[in-house]
Amino acid sequence: MAGLTLPASRRLGSALQALIPVTVQSRGFQTYSLPELAYDYGALEPYISGEIMELHHSKHHKTYITNFNAALEKLHDAKDPQSIVALQSALNFNGGGHINHSIFWKNLAPKNQGGGEGPQGPLASAISTQFGSVEKLITKMNSSGAAVQGSGWVELKHLVVETTANQDPLTNKGLIPLLGIDVWEHAYYLQYKNVRPDYLKNIWNVINWKDVSSRYEEAL
Amino acid sequence: MATATCSSILRATPWPSQILSSSPSLRKGNTRSSYRPIMMEFHLRPLPFEMDALEPYMSKQTLEFHWGKHHRTYVDNLNKQIKGTELEGMQLDELLKHGYNNGNPTAYFNNAGQAWNHDFFWESIKPGGGKKPTGEVLHLIERDFGSFEAFVDEFKQAAATQFGSGWAWLVGMPTDPLVENKFGKLAIEKTPNALNPLIPLLTIDVWEHAYYLDYQNRRPDYISTVINELISWEVVTARLERAKATINFYDVVVPDDQYKYK
Repeated sequence: MAGLTLPASRRLGSALQALIPVTVQSRGFQTYSLPELAYDYGALEPYISGEIMELHHSKHHKTYITNFNAALEKLHDAKDPQSIVALQSALNFNGGGHINHSIFWKNLAPKNQGGGEGPQGPLASAISTQFGSVEKLITKMNSSGAAVQGSGWVELKHLVVETTANQDPLTNKGLIPLLGIDVWEHAYYLQYKNVRPDYLKNIWNVINWKDVSSRYEEAL
Repeated sequence: MATATCSSILRATPWPSQILSSSPSLRKGNTRSSYRPIMMEFHLRPLPFEMDALEPYMSKQTLEFHWGKHHRTYVDNLNKQIKGTELEGMQLDELLKHGYNNGNPTAYFNNAGQAWNHDFFWESIKPGGGKKPTGEVLHLIERDFGSFEAFVDEFKQAAATQFGSGWAWLVGMPTDPLVENKFGKLAIEKTPNALNPLIPLLTIDVWEHAYYLDYQNRRPDYISTVINELISWEVVTARLERAKATINFYDVVVPDDQYKYK
């Protein structure tokens, strides 16, 4: 399966390798399972409700993984180029969904685990060089996130703010993701309804800057 | 901006433009036919049913947000985007054509598309709807999908697999009679975000805001419920009639004597 090895562990930092459950099927291809969160579903209240976290993690993310595994199995069995190429969008969407959400969970932390405490070290200076200040970065990310049409993500990728549609993996644009915010409606609807800007304002209280910094340093 | 020259109407009605015309240049030259700019804007059409009429399949709370906030915002933002431009005064479907811009959609396209799509969606559902269509719609569905059940399966599949935000549609589609043995048929399409097809007959909104409060992530349940309980087949029939002006759904029978070369 040339070009299809998806080293999920590398995406999430080698320190977290142990946390990424992966099984190897007897037919010789890798499948994926739902990574556990480092905090309870309710730990990010009141910024993101426990109800949303539970649905988002145990249903949405899980479904991406289930469908990704199904597509991988079909890929393993595919006999001709047409069948392989036909699987492309399913792999992109579901695999992207898995990648994006795995990063997202690590990007969040409850207040008692450092959520919301601003960036330190090399990342902090890079942010102030590139954007002027953390506040300016936040403003930029929030306005980009609010402007995403339909479903997608707003990310900070190696000091550039980017948006992607649907579940397109951040790496599709050749950039290294540091921080991603899910702006699909399922990420906020039950709590914030249509008011996406409020969700974007409040989520910064639970952003895990330590994780963002470590990704930045790894990417340097 | 469009202008009107019928002064009697203008004198009788308090046009908003009268506030604008407080500037001397506009008040001057008041001959019998004074030009007053007419401003047009789109309004959020009321729902064709009460907000709790679709319970328990689609809750009042969902409609309060979906129609009252999301749809309203598309309309309001569209008005803001076209105000004072040459687009003001255009009909909604003209705006869609312009905005689509041959696949390179303009800034107002999303709002125009979503405003149109939602109008179309509210008309497509009704309390006590669903079940099975009758008459010509049923005949064409059975002809072009094999059976009503096969149509439902394909429609559900399209709606469930529209990645991200979008819509699933039953459409009329012209075909090549030499290839498909007919001039036109019913088909199913799915579109992302705000796009819509050329000859739509029926739609389901599969943006998450359409079902999240009632069904959370269970999009397939939402789709089944809309199909079984809410679709207005009467409206689909009416749209089919209109579509026949564009597509011939039946074979053309050429009388034998026309084959003879005269």
